[in-house]
Amino acid sequence: MSVLVVVEPEDLDDAGAGLSVVSQEVLTFARSLPGEDVDAVLVGLPCAGAPPEAVLAHCREQGVRTLHVTPEPRLDRYAARAWARVVEAAAEAGGAAYLVAGGTARGNEVLAHVAAARGVPMPCNVVAVVQSEPLEVERQVVGGAVLERVALAAERGLAVASVAGHAVAPEPAPSPGPAHVEAVAVELSEADLAAQVVRVEAKEGGDASALTGAHVVVGAGRGVGGADQFDDVEALAARLGGAVGVSRVVTSLGWRPHHEQVGQTGSRIAPDLYLACGISGAIQHWAGCSSSKTIIAINTDGEAPMVTKARYAVIGDMHEVIPAVLEELS
Amino acid sequence: MTDVLVCVKRVPDTSGEVVLTADGSGVDGRYAGYTMSSHEECAVEIAVTVAADTGGSVTVLTLGDDDSVEQLRAALAVGADEAVRIDAAAEDYGPADVAAAIAEVVRARESEGRPFDLVLVGNDAADTGDHQVGIRLAHLLDRPVVAGAQEVAVSGDRLDVRSSVSGPTEVFDVPLPAVLTVWEGGVDPRYPNISGRMRAKKARVEVLEPSGAPQGSGRLGLRVLPPPASNVEVLGEGKAAAPRLVDVLRELGVVR
Ligand SMILES: Cc1cc2nc3c(=O)[nH]c(=O)nc-3n(C[C@H](O)[C@H](O)[C@H](O)COP(=O)(O)OP(=O)(O)OC[C@H]3O[C@@H](n4cnc5c(N)ncnc54)[C@H](O)[C@@H]3O)c2cc1C
Repeated sequence: MSVLVVVEPEDLDDAGAGLSVVSQEVLTFARSLPGEDVDAVLVGLPCAGAPPEAVLAHCREQGVRTLHVTPEPRLDRYAARAWARVVEAAAEAGGAAYLVAGGTARGNEVLAHVAAARGVPMPCNVVAVVQSEPLEVERQVVGGAVLERVALAAERGLAVASVAGHAVAPEPAPSPGPAHVEAVAVELSEADLAAQVVRVEAKEGGDASALTGAHVVVGAGRGVGGADQFDDVEALAARLGGAVGVSRVVTSLGWRPHHEQVGQTGSRIAPDLYLACGISGAIQHWAGCSSSKTIIAINTDGEAPMVTKARYAVIGDMHEVIPAVLEELS
Repeated sequence: MTDVLVCVKRVPDTSGEVVLTADGSGVDGRYAGYTMSSHEECAVEIAVTVAADTGGSVTVLTLGDDDSVEQLRAALAVGADEAVRIDAAAEDYGPADVAAAIAEVVRARESEGRPFDLVLVGNDAADTGDHQVGIRLAHLLDRPVVAGAQEVAVSGDRLDVRSSVSGPTEVFDVPLPAVLTVWEGGVDPRYPNISGRMRAKKARVEVLEPSGAPQGSGRLGLRVLPPPASNVEVLGEGKAAAPRLVDVLRELGVVR
C-alpha cells in the first residue's frame, strides 16, 4: 500500500527551480497517511528525459520512493483530464491506496477528474489526519473558518483528497528516498484532450504569480477609499520590494484587477510580511493571508478582526500613516 | 443560439460571523442571511451575456428547499429566462449527488428536444468548497469541461474560454456542448433593475423531484475554530506611530 502525491514544479520557466512549496507540504502530509511508501507523479512538466535535478532533490529530501513522469509529448500543454489519466496510470503502477495533491486550482481539478472517473469521493482542503483506524481527516470549509470531519477510507480502491495550502510545514523525511524515476505510458483519447490549453497569454499588468511569490505584500482594502488612492500603497510596496494585494471589495468595485485579490476566491499568500492597510480581515480574506509569517495591520478601527489577529498594529488613517512611514524610510 | 443552464447554490452569508446549528451539523445562516455563492454570481453574468450574444436562453437551476427560490429569483432578475428547482434537502447531498441530479435534468431536457449547449456551475461553493460538481457532471454527460473559467465567448459551435486562476491567462478552445466551472474575477455581475425585479417576482419556477436517494457527503461533524488569542502589539496611533513601525520593519529584516 502506498500513497501517491501529485506534485507541481515551482516555476516552469526557471530551469533551476524544484517543487512548489505546496507540493513539498503535501509530500510531508502524505507521510501521515497509512501507506508504507510515498510516490510522486510530476504534473505540469512533461519529461521526455530526466526530470530537473532540483525536482529530484526535493523528492529525495521528502523520502519519495518513485517519481513518475510521462514521456507523452501531447501533454506539454495543460489538459486536466489527460493529466488525470497520467495520475491514474501512476497510481496503478505504484499500487497506491491513497492519492493526494495540493489544494491548488490545478491540484483540485486533476484530482476531481480522477475521483469522477473512479466514482469515489474527494474531500478537498484537508488539514490533518484525526484518526487512522478507520481513517478520518479534517478539512477546511466555509473559507477555512470551519473544520469538517470526514471519513477517508480506501475501501473503494483509491481514496482521493486534496490538502489545503500551508496546512502543514514541509519537513524533510527521517531518511531520504531513492526517488527512482519511472516513465508511465498512457493511451489518450480525443476526449481526454478536448479541453486543452491552446495558448498562454501574459496578462497586461502582470498576473497572480508576482503576488504569490512575493516576500512582502502590502494589502489594501476598502479603507483605501478609491481607485485613485493607491499611490502611497504602491510606493510602500515598491520601497519594501514587495507586491500589492487587495481585498475582494477592492476588486469588485473595480479599483484593482482580480489577480491582485488575496483570499478564498483570490490568491493564497505566505509572505514574510503582510502589511494589511484598511482591510477588516473577514474570514474569506483571512483564508488567503493567514499563512503570512508576520502580519501588521493599519486600521482606523482598533477592534477590526485584522487588528486583533495581527502581530503588530497601528491604529489610524492609512493615508496619514503610510506617507509618514515612507518619509521615515527616505 | 446557445441555450445555457446555470446552476447556483443558496449558501449562508458568512462575511460576518460563522455560527453553527445547535447540533453542529451545518452552518446557521438564519441571522446573517443567505446569498448565492460568489463564483456563481459571475456564472449567471456569463450565462446572460452568452445568451444575449447568440440569441439563446438562460435557465437557472438550484437544488434546495423552497427558500432557495430566492436565489433563483436573483438570477431571473438579472436576465435568466426560466428557473428550475430540484426539490431536495441540499445538506443531504454530496457533490456526486448534486452532479447526478443536475445530469438528470440535462438529459431530460435533451430527450424533450430542448438540449442545453452549455452548462455553467460555480467552481466551488462558498460553504462546502468541494471543487468537483462541474467535473463530475461533465463525466456523467460525457462533455468537455474547463474549470476556473473567467471569460467566455461563443463562436459558432465552439467556446473560447480564458482563465488566469493558475497564473498567466490560459486560453481554451472547446467544442459545444460543454461544461464550465466559473471562477470569479473575469466579469462584473450586473445589478437587477426594477423591471427585472418585477419580472423575477412573477416568474414561474418549475419544481422537479430527483430520482434516487443521495449518498451524502460523508460529513461526520463540524467545528468552528476558536479565535486565536490576540497577541497584537499596538505600535501607536496615527502618523506618530511611523518611527516604531519602521523599527519593526527593520527588526523583521524587510528594510535596511
Ligand atoms: C464566497 C465569498 C468569497 C469571498 N472571497 C473573498 C476573497 O477572496 N478575498 C477577500 O478579501 N474577501 C472575500 N470575500 C469578502 C469578504 O467577506 C469581505 O467582504 C471583504 O474581505 C471585505 O473587504 P475590506 O476589508 O476591504 O472591506 P471592509 O470590510 O469594508 O473593511 C474596510 C476596513 O478598512 C478600515 N478603514 C476604513 N477607512 C480607513 C482608513 N482611511 N485607514 C485605515 N483603515 C480604514 C475599516 O475600519 C475596516 O476595517 C468573500 C466573500 C464571500 C461571501
